[in-house]
Amino acid sequence: MADFGGDDIDTFRAEARDWLSANFPASLKGKGAMMFAEGAAGGGGDFRAWTKAMGEKGWGTPTWPKAYGGGGLSIAQARALQQEMNAVGAFSPIGGMGVMMFGPTLLEYGNETQKQRHLPPITRAEIRWCQGFSEPGAGSDLASLQTKCEDKGDHWLVNGQKIWTSGAQWADWCFCLVRTDTSKKHEGISFLLIDMKTPGVETRPIRLISGNSPFCETFFTDVKVPKENLVGPLGGGWTIAKRLLQHERSGLAGGGAAGRGNLFTGPISDLAKAYVGTDAAGRIDDPDLRSRVTQHEIEARAFQLTAIRSMSEAKSNSGPSTATSIMKNAGTKVAQDRHELTLEILGNQGLGWEGDAFKAEELAAVRGWLGGKAYTIYGGSAEIQNNIISKRILDLPDPLASTNH
Amino acid sequence: MAVLTEEQSMLRDAARTWTREKSPVTAFRKMRDSGAPLGYDPAAFAEMAEMGWTGVIIPEEYGGSDFGYLSLGLILEETGRTLTASPILATALAGASAIILGGTQAQKEAWLPKIASGELVATLAVDEGAHHRPNHVTLTAATSGGGYTLSGTKTFVLEGMAAGLFVVSARTDGDVDDKYGVSLFLVPGDAKGVSRKALKLADSRGAAIVSFEGVEVGSDALLGPASQGWDLLEKTLDRARAGLCAEMLGSSVQAFETTLDYLKTRVQFGQVIGAFQALQHRAAKMFTDLELARSCVEAALTAIDNDSPEVPELVSLAKAKVGDTLHLVSNEMVQMHGGIGMTDAHDAGLYLKRARACEATFGGQAFHRDRYARLQGY
Repeated sequence: MADFGGDDIDTFRAEARDWLSANFPASLKGKGAMMFAEGAAGGGGDFRAWTKAMGEKGWGTPTWPKAYGGGGLSIAQARALQQEMNAVGAFSPIGGMGVMMFGPTLLEYGNETQKQRHLPPITRAEIRWCQGFSEPGAGSDLASLQTKCEDKGDHWLVNGQKIWTSGAQWADWCFCLVRTDTSKKHEGISFLLIDMKTPGVETRPIRLISGNSPFCETFFTDVKVPKENLVGPLGGGWTIAKRLLQHERSGLAGGGAAGRGNLFTGPISDLAKAYVGTDAAGRIDDPDLRSRVTQHEIEARAFQLTAIRSMSEAKSNSGPSTATSIMKNAGTKVAQDRHELTLEILGNQGLGWEGDAFKAEELAAVRGWLGGKAYTIYGGSAEIQNNIISKRILDLPDPLASTNH
Repeated sequence: MAVLTEEQSMLRDAARTWTREKSPVTAFRKMRDSGAPLGYDPAAFAEMAEMGWTGVIIPEEYGGSDFGYLSLGLILEETGRTLTASPILATALAGASAIILGGTQAQKEAWLPKIASGELVATLAVDEGAHHRPNHVTLTAATSGGGYTLSGTKTFVLEGMAAGLFVVSARTDGDVDDKYGVSLFLVPGDAKGVSRKALKLADSRGAAIVSFEGVEVGSDALLGPASQGWDLLEKTLDRARAGLCAEMLGSSVQAFETTLDYLKTRVQFGQVIGAFQALQHRAAKMFTDLELARSCVEAALTAIDNDSPEVPELVSLAKAKVGDTLHLVSNEMVQMHGGIGMTDAHDAGLYLKRARACEATFGGQAFHRDRYARLQGY
C-alpha cells in the first residue's frame, strides 16, 4: 500500500469517520485535555465504553501489529485517523508509558513470549506500566544507578530504591533498570520487568509543588522476579534504555509544546484579548505583553513547522533528520512559556489554588504552570539535551569522557 | 533541509560548488578592499547569470527557467554562506517579482528577458527613511499630459548604483501613510531627472540614495493599478523578504560552522575550548535556533510557490526568526573567537556587519513581529 495520499487513504479516512461517529461518545467531545490533566479524577461510564471500543479496534496503538492487539495501520493511515479524531474532538483514551515508551521498546527488543504476554493488555488499557529508571543518586547521571539484581538460580533478587516513578501507585507493572554487575558502569545494567504486586514492592507518592502526586518513591526489598522477565541480554539494559528514552523525548516534545494540563487550548493571544482587552486598532491592550505573546507565538509556530519538517525528512530518503535532536528542548521551552504567559494574562485570577471564586480552567492553569516546571527536568533535563546535541550532533569533545559516559 | 526535487538538488549543488570555488569569502574581501564602485564584482555576476541564476523565477517565455522561489532560495542560501555580493536578490528576485506579479504583457516583454539574461539590474526603490515603512510614501507621481511626473527621494535602494531599472513606490492619492494612493512605477535608470549617490555602508554593498526630480514617464510606466498598488507592493516585498531570509539563513549557518570549527581547534588550558560546557551549551542553543529558523524560511518559500494565503504571516515569521538567529550567531561568532574575531583580517566582522544590514533590510525583527501579530488579529 502506498504510504501517503491516494484512494487508499481516502477509503480508510471514510471508514475511520464512520467508525468514530458510531463509537465516540458525544459527551467526551473536546475533553481530552481535561481527562489527562495532572491530578485528573478520570472518566465515567462513557469514558470506559470509549476505552473498550478503541481497545478492541486497536486504534489506541494504531501502528502496532495486529498480532499484538495493535491497529496494524500504516503511518499515513494513523495520521489520517488522528486528523479525523481531531476533527470531531475525539482523543485516544489509551495512553501512558506502556503506549508511549515501553511498548515500542518491547516490540524492538523483547522476545516473542514477552511480546505476546505484555503488549495486548497495553492496547486495551488493562495494564498500566511505570518506569523504574531514576534513583536518589542517579538523576542526570542515570547510569550510576545502584538497584541491585542478583542471579539466584531460578529467580532474580532485587533490592534498591527508585524515585520519580510516574504513576507507580496505580501501576500494575514496572520496567526497570537494575544493576547486575558492579564492576562495569554501563555494561552492568540490565532491563527487567517487575510485577508491582510482588511482595517487597512498596510505593510512596511524592507531593509536588503543584499539590499533585504524579510521582512516587518505589522501594524494592528482597523482591523475587522470574528469570523470564529479563528483556534483552544480561548487561544489555543501557542500550535498551537509550532507545526507550528516545521514544520518551519525542513524546514529551510533541505533547509538551501544547502544555499538558492547560485547559485554555486556543491561541494564547485570544486569552490575552479576553482578559487584558484590546485597543482601538484591535491590538492586545498592553504593548509589552503583546510583544511577548508574539514572540511566543512565533516560537510555537517555528516549533510546529520543525516537527512537520522533521517528519517529512524522515519519510524521504534523506535519512534521519538532525532537527529531531532539538525537539525536546524547543518543545518544552514553548510549553513552559505558554504556562507562564497564561498565568500572567490571568493576573490574580491565575493564582487561585482552590474554591469557587475561580473557574476550572483558572485553577488548572496554576497547577499546570507548576507541574510544567518538570518538563525541562524529566526525560533528560534541558542541560542533558544540550550535552547530547554538543556531543552527538556537533561532535564537540565529551567533557565527561573520563567518567565513562 | 526541505525535501528537494532532483532539479533543486542539482541547482543547490551547483551553487554550493561555484560559491566555494569561485566566490569564497576572500572574494568578497577583495571586492571590498578594491573599492568596487557597484558593491559587487560584475564579472562574477556575469558568471552567475550565465548559469541561469538570474532567471530562476522568471517564466520560460521570458527567458527564465520558472523553477520557483524555493529553488532561488537554495541559491541565495549558498551565496549567503560565503557573503557573495551580487544583485541577484534585488534584480532576479525583487525586481523580477514585481513585474511578474503586476506587469502587463508589454512590460514583461520589455524587462523580464533582460533581467533573466543579467544584462539589466532592476531594483525596488521603496524606503524613504531610516526604517522600513513601505506605506510611508512621500514621493509623488502627478499626472501630467498622458503620463506622470515623479518627484521625491528614495534611500537604502539595494544595488542603487548599478540599477538600470527602478520599481518606485509613489503617492498618487491619499495621505502620507495611507495604503490607498500608493502606485508603482517602472523608471529606467537613465531617465532624465534621476540621480544617485552611493551610500557607504558597514557591509560594503552597493546601496544608494536615488533622487527623482521631475522625472517624466509615460502611462505605460505604471506597474499595476493606479493608487491601488499596495497589494502588489506587499506581495513583491514578501517575495524579496523570503529570499533575503534564505540568504540570512546561509550566513547564519556558515557563521555557526566557522565558529564550531574554531571551538574544535583553539586550545587553552591544555584542551580545545569546545570541551568547555559553557561554550557547548551556547553552541547547542545556536544549533537549535538554526533548525527552527530553517523550518520557517523553507515554509515561507514553499508557501510562495504554492500561492498560499499564508504567505504574509509565514514571511514575517521567517524574517523575525531568522533575524534573531543571525543576530545571535553573528554576535557569538565574534565573542567565541575572542581577540582574533575583533580583527579586520578575520571573517567574523564581515558576517557581523552583513548580519545587521540584512536584519534592517525590508523590515527588522520588531517590524515583522508586529506585522505577524496584526495578521493574526491581535
